[in-house]
Amino acid sequence: MNSAARPLEFRDPARGRALAQTLGRLTREIGRDPVSVMHVCGSHEQAIARFGLRASFPRALDVIMGPGCPVCVTDLPEVDEAVALALQGVRVATYGDIVRVRGTACSLADAQAEGARIEVVYSVTQAVELARRTDDEIVFFATGFETTAVATAAAVLDDPPPNLSVLSAHKFIPPVMEIVAEMPATRVEGFLAAGHAATITGWEVFEPFVARHGIPVVVAGFEPLDVLAGLVRLLELIRDRTPRVVNMYPRCVTRQGNRAAQEQLWRVFRAAGGCWRGIAHVPNGNLRLRDEWAHLDARRRFRIDVARLWSQVPPALAQQCICGDIMAGIASPSACALFGSRCTPEAPVGACMVSSEGTCRIWHEYGGHPDLGATG
Amino acid sequence: MCLGVPGRVVEVDGLLAIVDFWGVRRQVRLDVVDEPVVAGDYVLNHVGFAIRRIPAEDVEQTLALYETLLAAPEEDPMAADVHGELAAAGRKRT
Repeated sequence: MNSAARPLEFRDPARGRALAQTLGRLTREIGRDPVSVMHVCGSHEQAIARFGLRASFPRALDVIMGPGCPVCVTDLPEVDEAVALALQGVRVATYGDIVRVRGTACSLADAQAEGARIEVVYSVTQAVELARRTDDEIVFFATGFETTAVATAAAVLDDPPPNLSVLSAHKFIPPVMEIVAEMPATRVEGFLAAGHAATITGWEVFEPFVARHGIPVVVAGFEPLDVLAGLVRLLELIRDRTPRVVNMYPRCVTRQGNRAAQEQLWRVFRAAGGCWRGIAHVPNGNLRLRDEWAHLDARRRFRIDVARLWSQVPPALAQQCICGDIMAGIASPSACALFGSRCTPEAPVGACMVSSEGTCRIWHEYGGHPDLGATG
Repeated sequence: MCLGVPGRVVEVDGLLAIVDFWGVRRQVRLDVVDEPVVAGDYVLNHVGFAIRRIPAEDVEQTLALYETLLAAPEEDPMAADVHGELAAAGRKRT
């Protein structure tokens, strides 16, 4: 394998510069200021911020991170449910990213400090193994988009031990794109769709969206050139007023996606309306266990006493947090009075600063939109 | 939570596979992968589940990319993520 030559395909600076110049030309040809496009994936924002791609974007091109961080969009009452269960003495297993995210009153980490038993797992299979080794009730607090939900579905279908149940906060991406497209303040003219979610759903899942809204969607990968090439293709579609779905990530995404995974996903889950933190009520945006799996549903197995958490007043700082506007693409982190001062990765106020996929966290670590002109 | 990492399948036992990620071997579930997987195939792993069998023609390109990430000096912005995911995978019993 010629590993020395291959990375040129994804990182070659000369190709990067050429693509960035093309972005400039296309933005001028479109002729609006700004031209706003949105991606819905934390990994895209990481690629953009870490490789400093925003510095190469034309000034009039606004690339916004939308609700693409699964931890950030997990709603306050969903965290409350997990916290309440943990404080009731149930062992809660979940992904590490969500442990420090506050609900209405506190986070799972806060509950742990009070003696609750929280187990951080890398995979749902570890929660299953934990349940097999103990008689304790184990609740798997299941967060994440369709890519992660298929793993939960597979565990549910694989005859899990009777002391395991699932508290699903899984989210389904396509419906929230509809919500954002209809928010007048965002003026999004095109979407970069998340590559790994599309590995499951296939790119055809976006066709009804394009037909309804006349907004193009490009599926893109996560290398710098993947992102730049995806944006070039997206701007071409905007300029030519030819909204359609284009797949720029064929090494992982097909038209139909992973049919076996979809079949398992929808056997276990049904789409239900529900709130995404800071965004809105999203019809069909939440994944909940079907009635057939009621015996594994933590919401049915336990009486979850969230009301007792609500007697605690939320901290005053949290009321100033603008994570919702940031995830809707209306504001950037630098517009938040707390950002970088009273809200930092060490002492986060909002969910966007907690998760490594959150916009605020990424901007705090890598900078947001560098102004190269200001440095001469 | 969202990082997908490719690896080479070493052996398959029903719906369980042992997959090699640059020397780190770990168990990966095959419940949701879209095609039959045999030893020698490459799969894209996500939270302990293979979500795609990577077609042979795409294997070299995808792996070369990740190899360069792992071989990159510490400051390579994406290597830390891959190492982190693999460390998490490595803690798991195989």
